[in-house]
Amino acid sequence: MKVTQLTAFLENRSGRLAEVADILGSAGINIRGFSTTEAAEYGIVRLIVTEPERARQLLHDAGFTTHFAQVVCVKVKDAPGGLARVLDELAAAGVSIDYLYSISFEYICFALRDVDRAVQLLEGKVEMLSDEEVLAL
Amino acid sequence: MTAVANEEHLVRDQAGGLWWQPAAETLPREQLRDLQLERLRASLQNACDNVPFYRKKLEEAGIEPGDVQTHDVVARLPFTTKVDLRDHYPFGMFARPRDQIVRVHASSGTTGNPTTVGYTREDIQVWCHLIARTLAAGGVEPGDLLQNAFGYGLFTGGLGLHTGAELLGCTVVPISGGNTERQLKIMRDFGATALSCTPSYAMYLADAARDRGLRPDDLPVRVGFFGAEPWTNELRVQIEAGLGADALDIYGLSEMGGPGVAYECLCKAGMHINEDHYLAEIVDPDTLHPLPFGEVGELVFTTLSREAQPLVRYRTRDLCRLVAEPCACGRTSVRMDKPIGRSDDMLIIRGVNVFPSQIEEVLMSIPEIEPHYQIVVDRKGYLDIIEVWVEVGEDIFAETMGDLERFQRSIQARIFNVLNIQVAVKLKEPRAIQRSEGKAVRVVDRRTAL
Repeated sequence: MKVTQLTAFLENRSGRLAEVADILGSAGINIRGFSTTEAAEYGIVRLIVTEPERARQLLHDAGFTTHFAQVVCVKVKDAPGGLARVLDELAAAGVSIDYLYSISFEYICFALRDVDRAVQLLEGKVEMLSDEEVLAL
Repeated sequence: MTAVANEEHLVRDQAGGLWWQPAAETLPREQLRDLQLERLRASLQNACDNVPFYRKKLEEAGIEPGDVQTHDVVARLPFTTKVDLRDHYPFGMFARPRDQIVRVHASSGTTGNPTTVGYTREDIQVWCHLIARTLAAGGVEPGDLLQNAFGYGLFTGGLGLHTGAELLGCTVVPISGGNTERQLKIMRDFGATALSCTPSYAMYLADAARDRGLRPDDLPVRVGFFGAEPWTNELRVQIEAGLGADALDIYGLSEMGGPGVAYECLCKAGMHINEDHYLAEIVDPDTLHPLPFGEVGELVFTTLSREAQPLVRYRTRDLCRLVAEPCACGRTSVRMDKPIGRSDDMLIIRGVNVFPSQIEEVLMSIPEIEPHYQIVVDRKGYLDIIEVWVEVGEDIFAETMGDLERFQRSIQARIFNVLNIQVAVKLKEPRAIQRSEGKAVRVVDRRTAL
């Protein structure tokens, strides 16, 4: 069983990722999962969305270079060793992994240049977790 | 007449100025102009007898070498362009059989066919004398040590300065370009009193010295000979402060045999053209009509003494002005101002000549590349950098960063293979490169004058 992943090429300009999310959001397309590459001069954003074909067309029309890829989505048990079980299976067969990320999220990690400023900005507007709260999830 | 130019002895005048061929360098204008005509006739005869290209050109112009009895006739002689030289690659413009050619150089940074330059033994001798004049005018004499940081190889700068310095009799260190650490060490350990390189590299060395805590007084260099790229008087001030040395401009081009075409004396008031070996004209680049002294136009040279490769009215594409007023140093030659630009789109990147069309050819040979690209030339510190902006279309876009990086590197490698210059390929989103209504803007040169 495979899933269609939508990939877009992004120059690393401020607000560019927000634009992608806005285009999809205002068209009623839900992002079920995504990953970004670390910021360099350019990067790749990978998306699992509710309507891949329409999402691709929208991004294309907005001037993004896009690409479809087939990926595998695995349900992993939220317990110690859950991820390891899948990785071991693939490793044992010599199947290499290009990248992986988790989807169906409620919680997203942001790595930022200025963490304190981000916290300040978002305080009171969104729910943020502490180390203890992550432990309690 | 020829004997005059071959007379050589290092002479110090009463004001302390050094001369290598003082008789030739101070020849009264009328005699100089007669000498030019005499040599021009001989050079045209050489071209006509031995180079089919020129035989045909002169026939078409209806001129025989003997017709050139006054300077007015020069304006009727045919022009020669870089394309003519490429078309006759490699040795089609040589006026001597190969067994009389003792050296061949080639122009830098050209795609396909480079332009080649051949020299007879006599040509090399003349070249050495012209470099010796250049060095003497900067006060270099036996006992001085010249650190020659021009590149050695097909480029004329390295070997040109080298052999001329040996003829003059100073010590020459063939260090070639690059390796800043070693340059500074050798400069201090050997006690280099003279330096030759591109002006941007001179500034780079001065900055590197300062960064290592060295003061201008710690550097033994007294005079520098800088050329192969355009630079301004503002940079001269900075280099002189940084190195604690006089910075002199030298001018040449491989088609004319390399450096030694024109040089500054310590008056630093324009470059003295070696008019006994090169006939200089300024023409309107559009109409090709000769312009009077003092007006800005394209610099055109005719070789007067070269045996292996006489060139008639070669269009340098450099835009500049000729100054006829006599110089305080006593040399009688006209001087050329620093070139202020080009009449074509050639870029000079770290001394290497690059035409945007050459980069375009490489890009267009890669089918996945979108037809929209831009060449951005900038300067980091004093070094030129080229960015090539390429849009990432769906044909290029792949799944992983590794694929994109491989693509970037493969373009860089291709450009390096063809042009021998390092560029940074920048991947851009579609339509990131500005579209224009008319002619696309392919080159953005952000460099301010050096």
